[in-house]
Amino acid sequence: MNTIIAPAEVEVRAPASEEDVEHERPWVVIVWNDPINLMSYVTLVFQKLFGFSLAKATKLMLQVHNEGKAVVSSGNREKSEHDVARLHAHGLWATMQQD
Amino acid sequence: MFLPRQIERDAAGGVRLHFREDEVLLLRELLAELAALLEDPDDPALRRLFPPGHADREREEQYRSLVRDQLVAGRSNALAAVLDTLGRETLSPDEADAWLRALNDLRLVLGTRLDVTEEIDYEELDLHEPQGRELAVYAYLSWLQEQLVEALGEG
Repeated sequence: MNTIIAPAEVEVRAPASEEDVEHERPWVVIVWNDPINLMSYVTLVFQKLFGFSLAKATKLMLQVHNEGKAVVSSGNREKSEHDVARLHAHGLWATMQQD
Repeated sequence: MFLPRQIERDAAGGVRLHFREDEVLLLRELLAELAALLEDPDDPALRRLFPPGHADREREEQYRSLVRDQLVAGRSNALAAVLDTLGRETLSPDEADAWLRALNDLRLVLGTRLDVTEEIDYEELDLHEPQGRELAVYAYLSWLQEQLVEALGEG
């Protein structure tokens, strides 16, 4: 049996600028508690948008309800804005920030 | 204070509706009011429907210009779908989803105007108090939405 060891690739990169670093830092999407959205509705929206199990969606909903907020997704800016927009389309109070 | 169930799951994954004529009229009136408000999405009465996504002003403006029209159109389409299906006896899963979002939009706009809190006891509403009738309408919409969520959820 042959073992093939690929030569190590050496990547030469300029040190990342501060802007690059900020650009690459992941974003988190936060859902905040509010007095209008029903607990059962928030759970259903989490299941529908993120494919969470009932147990996971319920746990996150209770975190929003009891602690005032919960992180529901993370990723790059584009994905996070997409998630925030879908949450806004369902009337949830969502924001995003860099971790 | 609540009526018998108006919304139930049906075997095809959609929902079955049982509304009285006066309920259909009330819903039609509320939906028409919201549709009129949506003609001007910048109306402060709608602020809760379009919350900021970013704390940073520049990023928020970028986000808004990216998604605002889609959010407005999505809400208008859901409203139109509910108006189209009001009075029917069954809803497909897609139609039920439009109902879910439109009912929630009604609750968000009305609840924000009434400044509702989690502590209001809807069993003890006094219809003669200022906003008593509107709070009763809000509670009614909440009851409908609760039934719809149950009909669409697992279990």
